[in-house]
Amino acid sequence: MAGIEVTALHKRYPDGTVAVDHVDLSIGDGELFVMLGPSGCGKTTTLRAIAGLARQTTGDIRIGDTLVNDLPPAERDIAMVFQFYALYPHLRTRDNLAFPLRAEGLPKAEVRERVEEAARLMRLGPLLDRRPRRLSGGEQQRVALARALVRRPRAFLMDEPLTNLDAELRADMRTEIKHLQGELGTTMVYVTHDQVEAMSLGHRIAILNKGRVEQIGTPLEVYDRPATLFCAAFIGSPPMNLIEVEVADGKLRGKGGLVLTPPPGLPRDRDLVAGVRPEALEVTEPGAERSVPARVASVEWLGDEIIYVVDHGGERDVRVRMPPTGRFAADAPVGLRHTGGTPAVYDVKTEELVA
Amino acid sequence: MGVSVNEAVSTDPVRDHPPPARRRGGRGRSALEVALLTVLAIVMLFPVLWMIETSIKENRDVYAIPAKFFNFQFTMDHFKDVFVGAGGGRSALSVSFLNSVVVAGVSTVLATVLGVPAAWAYSRFAVKAKKDQLFFILSTRFMPPVVVVIPIFLMYRQVGLIDTELGLILIYAAFNLPFTIWMMKGFVDEVPAEYEDAAMLDGYTRLQAFRRFTLPLLVPGIAATAVFALIFSWNEFVFAIFLTSSDDVRTAPPAIAGLIGGTTVDWGLVAASSVVFALPVLVFAYLVRKHLVAGVTLGAVRR
Ligand SMILES: Nc1ncnc2c1ncn2[C@@H]1O[C@H](COP(=O)(O)OP(=O)(O)OP(=O)(O)O)[C@@H](O)[C@H]1O
Ligand SMILES: [Mg+2]
Repeated sequence: MAGIEVTALHKRYPDGTVAVDHVDLSIGDGELFVMLGPSGCGKTTTLRAIAGLARQTTGDIRIGDTLVNDLPPAERDIAMVFQFYALYPHLRTRDNLAFPLRAEGLPKAEVRERVEEAARLMRLGPLLDRRPRRLSGGEQQRVALARALVRRPRAFLMDEPLTNLDAELRADMRTEIKHLQGELGTTMVYVTHDQVEAMSLGHRIAILNKGRVEQIGTPLEVYDRPATLFCAAFIGSPPMNLIEVEVADGKLRGKGGLVLTPPPGLPRDRDLVAGVRPEALEVTEPGAERSVPARVASVEWLGDEIIYVVDHGGERDVRVRMPPTGRFAADAPVGLRHTGGTPAVYDVKTEELVA
Repeated sequence: MGVSVNEAVSTDPVRDHPPPARRRGGRGRSALEVALLTVLAIVMLFPVLWMIETSIKENRDVYAIPAKFFNFQFTMDHFKDVFVGAGGGRSALSVSFLNSVVVAGVSTVLATVLGVPAAWAYSRFAVKAKKDQLFFILSTRFMPPVVVVIPIFLMYRQVGLIDTELGLILIYAAFNLPFTIWMMKGFVDEVPAEYEDAAMLDGYTRLQAFRRFTLPLLVPGIAATAVFALIFSWNEFVFAIFLTSSDDVRTAPPAIAGLIGGTTVDWGLVAASSVVFALPVLVFAYLVRKHLVAGVTLGAVRR
C-alpha cells in the first residue's frame, strides 16, 4: 500500500487538446480519494496518467516512494476498474479473476486461494463459471472489482465504475465499495461526476474543472465552504444561490433586500457574491419577521422536500429547500428569510472565496 | 374504461396470429417470390451450370447441335486431363493450379500479417496526420492493375522479379495491404481499448496484451478480410499475364485463358479447369461463412 503524489501534472494530446492543465494531488496512504468534476475536465486523463496508460506531457507521479513516470503500467502495481468493465469476454469469471495472478506467475494453489477469497468478498460464488456475457451489469461490476482486489495492489483506481448501473444498484455498490476499501485499507482514487457518490464515498474530494484543481477538502468542507464560484455552483443539488451583495452598515445586503451576517475579514472595494445554500433560506408567510417580500415563481415537489424557486427582486431567483410540510402555491406572495449562519463570500473577479 | 381494457386484451392474440386473409396473401406472395427467384437463379446460374455440364460431357456431345442438355455421354476425362499431362506426368495446368495456391495463399498471409498490426496501430495510437496517412494508403488502390502494370513490369525487369512467383506474391500482397488495413481498422475500432489497458495493468506488455486479448476478438474480422484478399489474389489476371510467362511460374487464370486461342479449342478441358479453379474459393468461403457474415456485418469499413 502506498500514497500517491501527483506534482504539476500537465497532459496535452497530440491533437493539441490540453486535457490536464495543472494538477497537484497528495493522496494519503489508505485514503479513499475522490476526483469530482464535470465531463471533459480531465479526470480520466489524470487517472490514466497515474496508471501509466497515458504518459503525461510534464509533471511527476510518485506511488509510495517511487517515481513512476517511466514505469510501464505493469510495474506500477495498481489495479484499475473501468466504466466499461473490460472483463475478458472469452474467459469465465473464475479465469477472469485468476488472470492477473497467472500473469504474475503465482503458484496454482495460491491463485485458487486468492480467487476464492475475492469471490467470497464480492459474493461471486454462483457466478464463477459464467462468462461475462451472461452476467448482469451489476454482476459484471462486482467481478471487475473482484479482479481489481485479487491482486492486492498498492492502490485502486476507479474510473466512474458505477455509471452503467441503475440508481438502486449504484447506491448498494457505493456502500459496498466504501466498506471494502475500509476493510482492506488500500489507497483508492475514485473518479466520478456524480456529487452524491463523491460526498458519500470520499475521505477527501478534489473538484476538477478544465484540467485544474478547484478545491481539495473533506466532503463537509467542500459542501460548507466551496473554494471557488465554480465549486459553489457545482456542489449541491440545487447548488448554492449566488447573491450579489454590498457591504453596508456592517451587513451584507443583497439587491432584493436580503440581509446577511458578514464573515470577518471581508476585503473592501471589491464586488462580492454571497453563496447561500437553499437550506439556509426559508419561505415564510408574507410580512413575517425579518423576511423580505417575495413571490413563489415555481415549486418542485421532491417528496421528502420541496424546492421553491422564489423571486424576491434580486438579480435572479433563489432556490429554497423546505420540508414538505409548508405549502405555498406558485405565484403566492410570501416572505423570504435567511436562517443560516455567515455565508461564504466570493470575489466576482477572481471567483475565489474571500472570507 | 372496461371497453378499452377488453380491446387491449383482445388485440394481443390477433397480433400473434395474423388474420387468415393476410396469411393467404402472404403465402401467395411467397409462391410468386419462389417462382421469380427460381427463374432468376436459373438465368444467373446458367453459365455456371453449362460450364459444369460441359466439363463432364464427351467431346462430341460438347459440339453437338442442337445442344444436348440431359442425354449426353458422361465422362471424367476432362478432369483427368486437367491434372495429368499428355505424356502421363503432371500437366502444365496442374502446375499452374499449384502456383495459384502458393501465390494466393502466401500473398494473403503476408497482407494479413502486415495489415492486422498496422490496423491495430492506426486504431490505438496517436499517429501524426493519421487521416492523411490512411487516405494515402487507400489511394494506392485507386488505380486498377491495368494502369500500373507497365511501370511495375519495368521495375520488376530491373530487379529480376519478372516471371517469378515471388514477384506475384509481392505485388498481390501490396495490392491487398491497403484493403486489409482499412477493413481491419474498422474491426479493431470495435474492440474496446480497455481490454488492452486492463491487461497492461495486469502485468502484460502492450504487445502481449494485443496478442492475448485483442487478437482473439479479431478472428472473425481477420477471416472476412483474408477471404476478400484471397479472392482477389486467386482471381487476379492482369498482373499474372503481364508479369509471368513460363508454364512453371504461371498461375491458373492466365493458364486457363491460354487454353483458348489455338486452332482448335478443347472446351471440355476449359470447362473442367474452370470448375477446378472455382471450387477452392467456394469451399473456403463456405468453411468460414460464419465468420464472414459476423465479420462483414460487425465492423467493415467505418470511421
Ligand atoms: N485521446 C485523446 N485525444 C485528444 N483529446 C482527448 C483524448 N482523450 C481525451 N481528450 C480530451 O481531453 C479532455 C479531458 O478528457 P477526459 O477523458 O480526461 O475527461 P473526463 O473528465 O474523464 O470526462 P468524462 O466525465 O466525460 O469521462 C476532453 O476535452 C477530451 O475531449
Ligand atoms: Mg472519463
